Amino acid sequence: MSGLEQFQDRNVSQNYYRVKIEPYPKTPWEKFKRVVRKSLKPDLLIGLKITLLEMLRFNIHTIQYPKEKLPVSPRFRGIHRLLRLLESGNERCIGCGLCEKICISNCIRIDTKPDENGRKIPTEYTINFGRCIFCGYCAEVCPELAIVHGQEYEYASEQRAQFAMKEDMLTPLDKLKEQKEYPGFGAPTPAADKLIKKTPLAY
Amino acid sequence: METAFIIETIVKILVVLGLFSALAGFATYVERKVLAFMQRRLGPMHVGPYGILQVLADGIKLFTKEDFIPQGAVRPIFMIAPVITAATAFIAMAAIPMFPEFTIGGYTVRPIISDMNVGLLFVLGVMGIGLYGPLLAGMASGNKWSLLGAARTAIQFLSYEVVTGLSVLAPVMIVGSLSLIDFNNYQAGGVGNWLVWKQPIAFILFLIAGFAETNRTPFDLLEHEAEVISGYATEYSGMRWGLFFIGEYANMFTIGFLVSLIFLGGFNDLWFIPGAIAILLKVFFFIFLFIWARASWPHVRPDQLMWLCWKVLMPIAVVNVVITGIVMMFF
Repeated sequence: MSGLEQFQDRNVSQNYYRVKIEPYPKTPWEKFKRVVRKSLKPDLLIGLKITLLEMLRFNIHTIQYPKEKLPVSPRFRGIHRLLRLLESGNERCIGCGLCEKICISNCIRIDTKPDENGRKIPTEYTINFGRCIFCGYCAEVCPELAIVHGQEYEYASEQRAQFAMKEDMLTPLDKLKEQKEYPGFGAPTPAADKLIKKTPLAY
Repeated sequence: METAFIIETIVKILVVLGLFSALAGFATYVERKVLAFMQRRLGPMHVGPYGILQVLADGIKLFTKEDFIPQGAVRPIFMIAPVITAATAFIAMAAIPMFPEFTIGGYTVRPIISDMNVGLLFVLGVMGIGLYGPLLAGMASGNKWSLLGAARTAIQFLSYEVVTGLSVLAPVMIVGSLSLIDFNNYQAGGVGNWLVWKQPIAFILFLIAGFAETNRTPFDLLEHEAEVISGYATEYSGMRWGLFFIGEYANMFTIGFLVSLIFLGGFNDLWFIPGAIAILLKVFFFIFLFIWARASWPHVRPDQLMWLCWKVLMPIAVVNVVITGIVMMFF
């Protein structure tokens, strides 16, 4: 089972089992018998054994958060990043404004101008992270894979102004080497080429 | 001689007060750690190495917190109630022989503040008075949760007082004394002489009642968060709240010492282990048992608690006393 099939498989009941519920006692004698049976069963001791074994095994599951962090899923929608083209270092954003249009909480603002080559570039690109709901539409709609979601999730701030800086989102020029092709939200899946079907034009 | 006795008693009192206040603090740390390990957590880790200074941090917090008294509370009673809990918990320790006699510089010290001939009765009685702490606290707070907690206190402590008394009656009949030192001496001479082999039912009943008297988990109805917020302690904060918990942990130690002394050979030497260490091991096992049970078991409903006390434990205790009496009379 692979791909979508595992999500389409709704036969989840295979591991379910029916809990045996004994009939409720009706007469006082039956009640008394149940009390004696339950009292003499070693259930309480079994409970003690389980907790003691857990302690002795010392199988600790705590993540000491500020020191240790759990890995984040590649599809996690954290703080946005604006990417650059790897070869030239130019900004990927072509200023099409689709993200601004699709943003459902109206928190993206773009200002564009044509540059000296006649190419449209964004002069301002701000996302108000105080309003952003991290729905991922902007990353999904971006035709150039320029605005993407990063992995960063610790973005509390005291200043609203810090929620919208283009400089913070944009990959710095000196760190262009470290910019990785984005695998997450809005990016084509690894097998995208295989999934493309030829347009049936030969009617 | 008289002056020496007074000085000795005062020193003993100070040692017991200081030691058990500190131990109560340390027990909270141990409890949090053991509970955490049993639940696959780490517990306090940040204050000091492995969180060992957490006790200190908690203490500073408790001492510096505002001593808040609600407007609707009955001030004098609200203020005195935690003191009753803590004081009775420590007064009860006066009649408990903690260790065997030892000698410092030719002076023999008996590690019991007051060796009265009704020591057991005194301990149980003073622990019974301890019920006034939560009861008055709940009634004086002017809060519904506190009142419910206080009502539960009254029913729980009073009911289990009966079980404690009846269950301990059978060992008292066998030993023929109420002095805890006599209990200890009766069991001298190895594990075979322990009273737990003669009175296993009384031992279990006393232990169950001990859980109820110290308000520990299967019977922690007085302050169960999910039902009555914090019970009688809802309106308390700062060191007044802390006094309740010092009292509770001191009571845990008292019950630990009582069970060890009455049923498990007290401070007699155990194989190669000297008596002082033997009783410490026993007491710490019971402290661990209190924590262990808290990690393992759910708590009971109030009606189940009363049912268990009056319809199960008390008849068993009475039958146990009767059978003990018959056996002692005819054999």
